[in-house]
Amino acid sequence: MPRFANPSQFMKLSSYLMPVCGVAAAGFIGVGLYLALFVAPPDYQQGEAVRIMYVHVPSAWMASLVYALVATGSAVGLIWRHPLAHIAAEQAAPLGAGFTLICLVSGSLWGEPMWGTWWVWDARLTSVLVLFFLYLGFIALDNAFDDQERGTRAAAILAIVGVVNLPIIKFSVDWWNTLHQKASVFRMGGPTIAPSLLWPLLVMAVGFLFFFSALLMLRMRSALMHARLRALTFGNP
Amino acid sequence: MMDWQAFFDMGGYARFVWPAYGVAALVLTGLLIWSLGEYRRVKRDLAAREQAMPSRKRARKQARGS
Amino acid sequence: MSEFAALVRRDLNLAFRQGGDWANVAAFFALAVILFPFGVGPEPELLSRISAGVLWVAALLAALLSLERLFQSDWEDGSLEALVLMPLPLELQVLAKCLAHWLATGLPLTLIAPLLALVLHFDTAGMGALVLAMLLGTPVLSLIGSVGAALTLGARRGGVLLSLLMLPLYIPVLIFGVAASEAAAMGFTPRPHLLLLAALLAGSLALAPWAAASALRQAME
Repeated sequence: MPRFANPSQFMKLSSYLMPVCGVAAAGFIGVGLYLALFVAPPDYQQGEAVRIMYVHVPSAWMASLVYALVATGSAVGLIWRHPLAHIAAEQAAPLGAGFTLICLVSGSLWGEPMWGTWWVWDARLTSVLVLFFLYLGFIALDNAFDDQERGTRAAAILAIVGVVNLPIIKFSVDWWNTLHQKASVFRMGGPTIAPSLLWPLLVMAVGFLFFFSALLMLRMRSALMHARLRALTFGNP
Repeated sequence: MMDWQAFFDMGGYARFVWPAYGVAALVLTGLLIWSLGEYRRVKRDLAAREQAMPSRKRARKQARGS
Repeated sequence: MSEFAALVRRDLNLAFRQGGDWANVAAFFALAVILFPFGVGPEPELLSRISAGVLWVAALLAALLSLERLFQSDWEDGSLEALVLMPLPLELQVLAKCLAHWLATGLPLTLIAPLLALVLHFDTAGMGALVLAMLLGTPVLSLIGSVGAALTLGARRGGVLLSLLMLPLYIPVLIFGVAASEAAAMGFTPRPHLLLLAALLAGSLALAPWAAASALRQAME
């Protein structure tokens, strides 16, 4: 089956979903920033430094979520050979790497005033660093072969193998003694974080999610057009 | 009236808070600009390529509703 | 089973004949470790403190060295395709190659490690745990490494790419291996760390051959 047999459905759908997500992203991030910087109260222990959380935590959630998407897309692509699955995975990976980078840097900036150190090799930080390298490895492997199909499939296998890192990231703060604090939102028994801090966090997170969705659709459209261009150029109208 | 001085000072944590937001803005904007650039480039190239096709083929393609 | 043994024997012959990979790996390991006293100074206190980490990092890098060639020569001369046609399942063949690789690299590393540990003033109380941890950990390096080697077969700049891929996956082995060695050296029990290494070994024994075989099949499509 030609690899991009029917991209037109996706192109049609994304032509209106993409701007919707883009506008929603701008809205939620705008409101989120306002809440995070002006409305949310300073923490009684951490003072104003707690505002870093509104950038650090949403990017951390996105980093893991996007990797799950990359792995799922890779699995669907390998098993069912759906043409869009690999494209979704390949185009999501740089975005996921970006979120992971934001998470690591903002975390480091939060750690220095709070813990007195820019970095510590505890289980949470180490596993997120591993996640970053997995993204880089995926992208590198995807681009490493003259035969693109080969690169796509090799990267897909790597993505699936790396899934073991996700539960390690999530449960690292429970399984080991970490400097990084334990979960205060996604936990059994509900969030322990105060509502005045939770709401800006959720708004920013939703904003990041819409931003990612809009960009992913944009990148997938580019990839599909690239494929069409290649097909035309090599004499296959 | 908003005390902007105090706001930018972030309780003494300014040199941590603002770079954190800065990195996020930089990375996300960078990804956006990069992706938009690629999109525009390939859209332009594709349009040019489709223009260059002989008109008979183009008509056939449009009839097929590709 | 005899096919399995035959494959292991064949790979071992290749490894030892070409004047061997094993000598390269062992030599690299020894040299890397020996460089440290020159670099950080010969104070026994300092060397002793970093000895476990240095040994494991050097072992890891040495193992990485030989990984690229795990499937390379077979792939280049076409015998990889012949291997796929063998009645032995590809997963078992990968296992056989990993075993041969470990016998030629991991095992010598494990045997040399105690000697080099002495050079670094590693506390001899931890020697047993060090060897045991390496016995558990080096096969994991071969197994996970086989996945990476299969994925990067024929890639441009495959060697660098292989290192980039393998290093994050090797980190748990490094962490627990060092933890076990240092715990024992300081008089604590290395048991929990050794158990985790054993779990890693069990896990990679189960999963790595499957992943590597999938990667090999993709490479030959």
